[in-house]
Amino acid sequence: MPRAKVKRKSTSIDMTAMCDVAFLLLTFFILTATARQPDPLDIKLPASSYKIPVPDVDIAKLSIGRGKVFYEVAGKDVKMLTLDKMGEQYKISFTPQERERFGVIQSFGVPIQNLKQFIMMNDQATRDKSGLQTGIPTDSLNNQLADWILNSRKAVAELHSTAMRVSIKGDAKEEYPVIKKIVDILQKQKINKFSLITTAAGGAK
Amino acid sequence: MAELDTSSGGGKKGSGKVRSKKASTKVDLTAMVDLAFLLITFFMLTTSLSKPIAMDIAKPDKDVKDENRLELRASQTMTILLGKNNKVAWYMGEAGKSQPNIEGYGDIRKSILANKKKVADMNNNDPKKTLVVVIKPTSGASYENFVNIMDELNITKITAAPAIDDENITDAEKDFMKKNGIL
Repeated sequence: MPRAKVKRKSTSIDMTAMCDVAFLLLTFFILTATARQPDPLDIKLPASSYKIPVPDVDIAKLSIGRGKVFYEVAGKDVKMLTLDKMGEQYKISFTPQERERFGVIQSFGVPIQNLKQFIMMNDQATRDKSGLQTGIPTDSLNNQLADWILNSRKAVAELHSTAMRVSIKGDAKEEYPVIKKIVDILQKQKINKFSLITTAAGGAK
Repeated sequence: MAELDTSSGGGKKGSGKVRSKKASTKVDLTAMVDLAFLLITFFMLTTSLSKPIAMDIAKPDKDVKDENRLELRASQTMTILLGKNNKVAWYMGEAGKSQPNIEGYGDIRKSILANKKKVADMNNNDPKKTLVVVIKPTSGASYENFVNIMDELNITKITAAPAIDDENITDAEKDFMKKNGIL
C-alpha cells in the first residue's frame, strides 16, 4: 500500500480579520480616551498613594502655579450661570454669544475686566499667548476669586441642588504660603473641606 | 508575500515576448497588526491611569469658638513642622519640653510608625488613645511637602484626624527651625 502523502500546508495565515478587530478596538479606545486638557499653567502635580478618583461634576478646580490662580468650574450650564451672576455683581453685561463661548472655556485666569476681550478670542492658543492671563485677583480689596467661588456655589446649588466641591490643583514646587492664602479665602466662605488633586504614585509606595 | 519584484520587465534580453508577472494580491499584515495592538495597549493603559486622584483634606473651622474643645494629651501628640529644603522637624509632647528631631521625608515614615507603636504600647492598644499628629507647615515648605506628609499619614494608617495648623507656630519652634537652617 502506498504511503499517504501528507499535504504541505502554507504557514501564512490570513490576518485580515485580526487586523479588522485590532483597528476597531483602536478606534474605540482613541475615541473614548479623554484627551488631557491642556493647562494654561504648567503644573506638575505631586504624587500620593490615595486612590479616590476626582468626580467630574459639581466641582470647581483651582489651579495654582507660579503664584497665579486659575479657575474652572465643571459643567457648561454652571459656567454660564456663574458668568451671569458675576456680570450682575460687577455690572458687566454679557451677550448670549459670549455666554455660549464662556460655557466651553476651560481653566482661565483673567481679571473680570478683561474677560470680555478674553472670551472673544478665537481659540485657546491665542488666549494662552495673549498675556491676559495674569491670574485671578485675590487681594483683599479686589477678591474676584472669592466672588467666582461664591457665585459658582450658588449656581451649582440652583441648577443641581447639591453642594459644590472645591479641588485644588497645585504645582508641586509651589510655596506653602501661596496655597495657604487660597485656602484662607476658601475658609472665609466656610469651605473647610477640599480635595487636593494628585497623581498616583508609582513604584514602591 | 509582499516583496518587491525587481526582476520583471526587461530582465531577459532577446526574447521577444515580455511576460508581465502577476503580482499576488495578498499583503503581509503582520507589521500593521503589530502596530495596531501596540497602540491599543497604549490607549488602554493611559485611559485608566491618567485619572487624577483626590486627597480630601479638612481644616478646622476658624470662626467657631468652641469652648469645649478636647484637650490633647501631650504624651500622644506628635508635632511635625515642615521646613524648607525638604526637611521636617518633629517632636513628641509639648513644645519646648522635648528636643525636636530633624529628618528628611524618607525617614519620617519610620519615626511616625515608631511613635505610633510607642503610644499604642503605652495605652495597652486602646483604640481611643492612638497617636495624634499635628502638622505645622511653615512658610518654607512647598506644596509637595504638605501633600507628601499627608500621604505618609495615610500610608502609616494614622486613624485620628490630623490637625493641620498653620497659624499657631510658636516662637520656640521658629527659633529652633531657624537655628537649624530649615526656616
